[in-house]
Amino acid sequence: MKKKFWKKFRDRLSGRIFFILALSTISALVVITVFIFVSGMPLIAEVGLFSFIFGMNWSPSQGQFGILPMIVGTVSVTLGAALIGIPVGICCSIFMAEFAPAKMQVIFRPAIQLLAGIPSVVYGFWGMIFIVPAISSNLGGLGMSILAGSIILGIMILPTIISISEVSIIALPRHYKEGALALGMTHWQTILRVQLPAAKSGIVAGVILGIGRAVGETMVVIMVLGNAVAMPESILDSVRTLTTNIGLEMGYASGAHQQALFATGIVLFVIIMILNITAQYITRKKVKK
Amino acid sequence: MKRLILILIIMLSLGLLSACADSGASGEKTTRVVVAGSTSVKPYVDILMEEYRFLYPHNSVSVQGGGSSAGVRAVRSGIAEIGMLSRALTADEQDLWSVEIALDGLAIIIHPDNLVNNLTIEQVRGIYTRSITNWSEVGGHDAKIHIISREEGSGTRSAFQDLVMADEFISQRAVVQNSNGAVRQLVSGNRDTIGFISLGLAEHQPGMRDVKALMLDGVAPTQENVLNGSYGLYRAFLFISAQEPTGAVRHFIDYILSDSGQEILMVEGLISVSGRISE
Repeated sequence: MKKKFWKKFRDRLSGRIFFILALSTISALVVITVFIFVSGMPLIAEVGLFSFIFGMNWSPSQGQFGILPMIVGTVSVTLGAALIGIPVGICCSIFMAEFAPAKMQVIFRPAIQLLAGIPSVVYGFWGMIFIVPAISSNLGGLGMSILAGSIILGIMILPTIISISEVSIIALPRHYKEGALALGMTHWQTILRVQLPAAKSGIVAGVILGIGRAVGETMVVIMVLGNAVAMPESILDSVRTLTTNIGLEMGYASGAHQQALFATGIVLFVIIMILNITAQYITRKKVKK
Repeated sequence: MKRLILILIIMLSLGLLSACADSGASGEKTTRVVVAGSTSVKPYVDILMEEYRFLYPHNSVSVQGGGSSAGVRAVRSGIAEIGMLSRALTADEQDLWSVEIALDGLAIIIHPDNLVNNLTIEQVRGIYTRSITNWSEVGGHDAKIHIISREEGSGTRSAFQDLVMADEFISQRAVVQNSNGAVRQLVSGNRDTIGFISLGLAEHQPGMRDVKALMLDGVAPTQENVLNGSYGLYRAFLFISAQEPTGAVRHFIDYILSDSGQEILMVEGLISVSGRISE
């Protein structure tokens, strides 16, 4: 009798404890979100959403808070990273899923995971010491540029794209491939016409998550972009991204300047949210089918 | 068995609690001074702190970075007893107690291979507003000038803005780095760049590539020239506190303002002050 009571009690108690712990993760999200919005909103209200987002001038010491050059910076660097990362990433995932012999997979898979495990400051340092001078001496200019940021971020988003794409290719039902081969398609045709279209939603989700990572990356871009707050005219120009703006200026910011950095955070938050929700929507649609 | 473990856990946690209470009580006996703020001032205070620890092993001082404004916040919230500032107090910070601990010269630096040795203040201003864009316009090689600046809010930048730019502004095309070290690193690695950093950090440093500190209007950037007033680019490093400091905090500040403290700062490249107390 007594034992049964204890068993039941313990069962319920453990459930409660897990619930409380799970709740703490959500509350962390809520606290952070509320804090960013409460800290940043007053400035957006004061400056006006339109002139904050489409303002060309960022000089907090003169009361000018326009982040358009940084939005352009974020978009251009992310696009560059996507141009480099997506083709390489998808090709690599096809290789892993379809061509790589078991022995090679043993080397490739941990190597790609390791790529994800390298701290971003190490990527940034490597970029600063190697990529930036290489661009400077071959293409001229200072080297701190959209190009430098794109190359490094393009490498950094590879693990995300490769692992998610590979999983979604492997997870396809066997009869897709077998049917295609039985109909006389070559291996290459099977991949291009059957497997890739079928795994499309998984691959797109992987790409979007990779892009989300590129948008949110801070340390690397602080180190290699040069952080100038001007509209870029070529890929060799220095730009500043939204994340860098916060990371760069938070130490010395106070008053309205600090609020403006939180407001930058709000814009970043909204962009990342849209990307993540899109990725989730795409993967969910696939499950329904 | 289970009950035994439970009892053990309760005993252990009680023991821990009492241990915490103990350390709390004894913690009040040793004085602990937390200094936080400007990353420009921090390296110097680090050195002073080591010397201070050696002289007074019972007084503990810890130094943290974070930036001038972070220093103000830390002092206001009571996290730190002393804040370090590399800029002047703003209008809404005037209620804080402050003291100048040293002056810091500002050096305009270029790559050692650059032929230019001297610029006028007007030329520097022209370069930073991008009305001068090629080194050949100021007597150097034929190449585009890459200007390097510090981030908005940095004490070094606001000093440069006040002393050099007057009522004009640094071009938005300037590359922005967020520390003296990063500016130095970039300038030492590219022949076409120009930047500004703390005078003390512009001198030769073992293991690092050199940079050349420019003469301004024919005056070399040296400690002597700052002291005799001929080199005009310098700013004050401040210590701030929520109120007039007493006890251990006062003791540390007095040490820094003492002759031996000031001498250490001089050796490290700063310029001594007599310690004018503003409030």
